[in-house]
Amino acid sequence: MVNAVYLHIPFCDYICHYCDFNKIFMQGQPVNDYLEHMDVEMKNTLDRFPTNKIDTIFVGGGTPTALNEEQLEKFLKDVQDRFGPYVTDKLEFTMEANPGSVTPEKLRIMKSYGVNRLSIGAQAFQDSLLTRLGRGHSVEEIGEIVQMAKQEGFTNLSLDLMFGLPDQTIDQFSETISRALELGITHVSSYSLQVEKKTVFYNQWRKGELPLPTEEAEADMYALLISRLEEAGLSQYEISNFAKEGFESKHNITYWKNDEYYGIGAGAHSYIDGVRRANAGPLKQYMNRIDENGFPYMDDNVLTKAERMEEEMFMGLRMREGVSKQRFEVKFGQPMFSVFGKQIEDLTSKNLLQDTGTHISLTEKGFFLGNEVFQEFLTID
Amino acid sequence: MNREEMLKRQSKIRNFSIIAHIDHGKSTLADRILERTGALTDREMKDQTLDAMDLERERGITIKLNSVQLTYKAKDGEEYIFHLIDTPGHVDFSYEVSRSLAACEGALLIVDAAQGIEAQTLANVYLALDNDLEILPVINKIDLPSAEPERVRQEVEDVIGLDASEAVLASAKSGIGIEDILEQIVEKVPAPQGDPEGPLQALIFDSLYDPYRGVVAYIRITEGTVKVGDKIRMMATGKEFEVNEIGVFNPKPVSKEYLSVGDVGFLTAAIKNVGDSRVGDTITSVKNSAAKPLPGYRRMNPMVYCGLYPVDSAQYNDLREALERLELNDSSLQYEAETSQALGFGFRCGFLGLLHMEIVQERIEREFNIDLITTAPSVIYQVKLTDGEEVIIDNPAMMPDAQSITEVQEPYVKATIMAPNDYVGAIMELCQGKRGDFIDMQYMDESRVNIVYHLPLSEIVYDFFDQLKSSTKGYASFDYELIGYRESNLVKMDILLNAEKIDALSIIVHRDFAYDRGKDITETLKDLIPRQQFEVPIQASIGQKIVARSTIKAMRKNVLAKCYGGDISRKRKLLEKQKEGKKRMKTVGKVEVPQEAFMAVLRQDNTKNN
Repeated sequence: MVNAVYLHIPFCDYICHYCDFNKIFMQGQPVNDYLEHMDVEMKNTLDRFPTNKIDTIFVGGGTPTALNEEQLEKFLKDVQDRFGPYVTDKLEFTMEANPGSVTPEKLRIMKSYGVNRLSIGAQAFQDSLLTRLGRGHSVEEIGEIVQMAKQEGFTNLSLDLMFGLPDQTIDQFSETISRALELGITHVSSYSLQVEKKTVFYNQWRKGELPLPTEEAEADMYALLISRLEEAGLSQYEISNFAKEGFESKHNITYWKNDEYYGIGAGAHSYIDGVRRANAGPLKQYMNRIDENGFPYMDDNVLTKAERMEEEMFMGLRMREGVSKQRFEVKFGQPMFSVFGKQIEDLTSKNLLQDTGTHISLTEKGFFLGNEVFQEFLTID
Repeated sequence: MNREEMLKRQSKIRNFSIIAHIDHGKSTLADRILERTGALTDREMKDQTLDAMDLERERGITIKLNSVQLTYKAKDGEEYIFHLIDTPGHVDFSYEVSRSLAACEGALLIVDAAQGIEAQTLANVYLALDNDLEILPVINKIDLPSAEPERVRQEVEDVIGLDASEAVLASAKSGIGIEDILEQIVEKVPAPQGDPEGPLQALIFDSLYDPYRGVVAYIRITEGTVKVGDKIRMMATGKEFEVNEIGVFNPKPVSKEYLSVGDVGFLTAAIKNVGDSRVGDTITSVKNSAAKPLPGYRRMNPMVYCGLYPVDSAQYNDLREALERLELNDSSLQYEAETSQALGFGFRCGFLGLLHMEIVQERIEREFNIDLITTAPSVIYQVKLTDGEEVIIDNPAMMPDAQSITEVQEPYVKATIMAPNDYVGAIMELCQGKRGDFIDMQYMDESRVNIVYHLPLSEIVYDFFDQLKSSTKGYASFDYELIGYRESNLVKMDILLNAEKIDALSIIVHRDFAYDRGKDITETLKDLIPRQQFEVPIQASIGQKIVARSTIKAMRKNVLAKCYGGDISRKRKLLEKQKEGKKRMKTVGKVEVPQEAFMAVLRQDNTKNN
């Protein structure tokens, strides 16, 4: 059964220079029509793939908080109508929120429909870097959104922070970490910049106009991040994620534990009954597909057992606790070592993996060289 | 056809080839001739028809020879049979050139009206003169604004010593002068001499392998007649076959009943191995054998060797098959199995020169889909040992210990360089830096000089050509020929990765240059080899002595720290891409080394120039 829901709001007031997610300038878009189609998709999805309970809901984007108050309310009401009957008391309901696009009224609407966690796109605490990233907000507005959220009674707050940015110094990143911690948040996601195609950064990089930090500097930033956050009581429970005890993101753990999830909205991905599907990304195509046959799927990718086992490893190893040997055996009917014994042994000898008795997990070194580990579990030829 | 008719036909045959420097318009002229003689309809006309392989088109050179039969109705009202025999345009293939010239009675010498004679042209003209060919100078590209036909005409007379008073002024591109060229071929190129009923002598000037018909030998009949069903013998190898098919190219292959004196065409005889029909060999008939083969046959000896290894060692047998297949078309390619500690099983291959080497590598990669690791090319060293023994070394890794060597000799070449005199200083500086001995310098006219140096072949193999081009802005032309061996103060330099000697990276260098070269190589390798999970020292050593050192720092961070939401397949693709990249590398000891690194010895100087 599926117990997690991802919903995608692709609209943005501005496009960040690094972003390659499915997103679109909000102005002039058929937002209401889109939300209507999401509602149809939710209904059809639950009809076709019923659930017994919903533990986590995550609304991502794009910029979900770019919706105006009416749109936001309509959307959240639809979500409540469709998934409300199944949610448990312990529901984690996250919305991504961007500094500058949130009002107290929007927060009140979110709260009233059960949103209990905000993932705030802070990224950096230097206005010069925010400008370089194409973020449409200031450092000041990061403080404001956090204060506002607290006033409205949100207690589970996460900040996104980026490192490895063009012209970013280690001192700047250190300042970013300090300022973030001063805000008294419960969770941090910290991502290193990946230059992706079809972004402003990619074009700058091609022209040689993107002075990225060296591998050394980036590694130093990552090491600093881990030590500073751990010191502050936010422990690293996944490669890019840090939380106070009990505030780990349940929704993201769904992905890492290789459990299933619904994916609703343009360009969203779902994993249901062993099948991975991607929804059409462009609004028009997304809506047309729903109009025509009720679902916006582009293709069905039925995973083989081998693929599922590989994913169990390369996703699960992202977590500090690693992959449970027992869980693996229950899930796949054979012991982890009978499938991946050679890889585990080899990577353990290189001090990249360790056996904790119950789990196989990354070592400290392994956290820095995760891809070196993960690719060993792919059996492509 | 009776004897008289055959002799009459023979008197109407004209066999010729075209000698030209690259870019002087050989292919264009050949196309015009094909057009004018109606060999191709406009619709069939594809630019530069004779250069059939993709590689040839890309590089603008001819590698494999082609020959076509054309009919031309001359102004005297008679119909003539022309055979145009194409020649490869590169110094590496000078033996092939000499054999195809031997199949002709005449040659068109194409000289660019703006650029004048180039070193390569000169080399081929001498080959043509050696073969007693009637040479018809053609001054091409006369419609270029910078054309100086009279100056070039004078140059042909002064430099080559030919009478150029009747040289045709032409523009192959614009179709100017083509008729005159064809008429001169009729008038000046002698008809083939020989007795159609005499004992068969047919020169093989090229051969290629066809999977259905076996070897297709390109032949020129000098004496006698050959027919389908005849029993024939290859005079150098002694192998006998029965002729299956005979024909000519027009330019499409057309079957014929027989070929007789003066004819140029092809022959198949279920020959399984191109080694059995070697370029330069003579075919005779078993029944009526010739007493002697035609002169000039020699087995080609490679000048340059390198190791070829499959990146994926599982492809070793595929590589062997690829080499076997290429050898069918290329009897000058030599190879034997060799084993490298670093690279595993592969082949040491001998080539006529660097271009030949590159072409073979590219063909293996493209046509046979095998990723290759190529070691830096080496020349052949003659080594005298303290025990009096002499050994031949074509692989630097096999060079004996310095203590057991009394003398090392290396091949030298005579290099002929032609360039505008503004570049004399730059050329001399380059040649001195490459251990060259100045031999001669002559002014060809007020503005162009011909410089002769003796140079070690190994320096040419490294990067001489590239450096010459860059230091003369591409104006110099260059040709070389082997002149023999000389003693040199040479040492073997080993490269160690992670304290492990990598045999495939060993090179032989002059002692005076060893430190600099060691420094260059270790620095280049540092940039070419990606970071590993541990620090990798790179050292260059002579014997036990480390002469240069650099370090590849350990990989610090390689982890996907990005949120792709539920898009797991994207994560998978990214990891697969990284893994795929690694598969293209060779694991040497514990270090993953990309293909390019094995050519680092060459790379260093090139990168410095560019």
